[in-house]
Amino acid sequence: MAEDLPPKPLPRPTPVTKAFWDAAREHRFILPRRGDGSYFWYPRALTPGALDDDWAWAPATGRGVVYSYTIDRRGSALAFSGDVPYVIAIIELEEGPHFTTNVVGCPVDDVRVGMPVEAVFDDVDATTTLVKFRPRA
Amino acid sequence: MPTDRSRRAAIAGYTEWAPQRRWPERMFMLEAFQRITREACDDAGLDPAEIDGVLSTGIPESPMFGPAAIVEYLGITANFAEVVDLGGASPVGMIWRAVAAIEAGACDACICLASTIPQPSSGTGGAWNPSRSYLGADAWGSPHGQFDLPYGLNNPNSHFALVAQRYMHEFGVPPEALAKVAVDQRTNALSNPKAVFRQPITIEDVLNSPLIVDPLHQLEIVMPCFGASAVLVTTLERARQLKRRPVVLSGFGEHVTHKSTTYAPTLVQSPIKAAADRAFRMAGVDRDAIDMASMYDCYTVTVLLTIEGSGFCGPGEGGRFVQEHDLTFRGDWPLNTHGGQLSMGQAGIAGGMSHVIDALEQLQGRAGERQLQGCERAYVTGTGGFMSEQAALILEGA
Repeated sequence: MAEDLPPKPLPRPTPVTKAFWDAAREHRFILPRRGDGSYFWYPRALTPGALDDDWAWAPATGRGVVYSYTIDRRGSALAFSGDVPYVIAIIELEEGPHFTTNVVGCPVDDVRVGMPVEAVFDDVDATTTLVKFRPRA
Repeated sequence: MPTDRSRRAAIAGYTEWAPQRRWPERMFMLEAFQRITREACDDAGLDPAEIDGVLSTGIPESPMFGPAAIVEYLGITANFAEVVDLGGASPVGMIWRAVAAIEAGACDACICLASTIPQPSSGTGGAWNPSRSYLGADAWGSPHGQFDLPYGLNNPNSHFALVAQRYMHEFGVPPEALAKVAVDQRTNALSNPKAVFRQPITIEDVLNSPLIVDPLHQLEIVMPCFGASAVLVTTLERARQLKRRPVVLSGFGEHVTHKSTTYAPTLVQSPIKAAADRAFRMAGVDRDAIDMASMYDCYTVTVLLTIEGSGFCGPGEGGRFVQEHDLTFRGDWPLNTHGGQLSMGQAGIAGGMSHVIDALEQLQGRAGERQLQGCERAYVTGTGGFMSEQAALILEGA
């Protein structure tokens, strides 16, 4: 069955986002940070709202908590139906922004809103690394 | 204060094809648009040649220059022709745009078109199907193509499940409250000949149906169907000369906050709040002046957030509200008297128009055994994207 599924969509980095994906490839988690020290996600040409260029990439902790999650049990996302059940979650990062990912490294039914998590790096192919999250103590 | 408007517009007629899970006759969207325009004109008693305004969503036969293609195919000329791109909120967005265009003097009679019918097969696999490309989210340069899709967040089920999970967690809303919406709407559908689902269900049935995307069960998720509908808007002066009771738009609002759920400012208050506040302020009426509501219901949670955001109860009180009220057409707070899309079936884009037509049926006295007595003012909402763009209408019989 799995071989009949469409391929999973993979990120296609752009000139603005390439630094994030390059860092992930090196198993580093970085975020765009404004001049005032606040963070935003996702990376944009100019800062959202203020529309200025006062931002730079900065190392991030890779820590956060689960803000919300769902368990795809039936393959609502067709390309992923070979993986069910799996968790899609929005992580509230320690730096503030929300980041969508998969929670891995625990049974799907153990995931809870508010669960502390940390980044792990999934080298999905020769050029792409996805940032996923797992429970942390 | 209500907005002062000297030139008033009014809805004069409509047509709606009953949703079906399989459509017997394939047709192009342009062909469906011709037929439903003819039917809406007949319903109102207006000559199609009087139409000089056209609103629709994008059309597959002409991805560019769509409005001109529709005008040409209908065989009319237009003073106002636009595509509205608000997903499920598009039909509600069309109604206020048509009214605004007419009241501003841009045009005199505007047809609002919504159709999702299978296309004839090209034999070469050329059929247009935006869902195959994740509703366009995988376009080159799309932030969501990079940061949502690789994790499986690429379909409405998962987006709305994320909304429901956070909402239920933050306010302690029990699953039974969400299920109540599906149950009451099914009761309404039992009396609607156009509804796809005509068997009664209980709260236990909803909660015992399979979990599809936690915390949403199968019976909390709309069934995709095919269908089409059109609503005709003209001047109130002209509408008074036609066959149907004119329905005026006394207030409207629209609000857009994000595209992907990841970047929603909050998952526990939806954009409908700003839209509803604007609509009620414009109409100059209180919430308790509403006789019936028809709220976009792609999922049960959509209805709870819409009731709260629209100001019919406070934040987090939507669960208690639906449990304390009878939402059927026989009840004290009639909601989605057509059965909602959850029970009528979601006829693609026309699913959003079904709420407008639900209100029109009640205001024009055309709801059959579901007819409410003394229904003079209706509240209608549309929801597009993933609780990311919403619009509100307050419609009144004139």
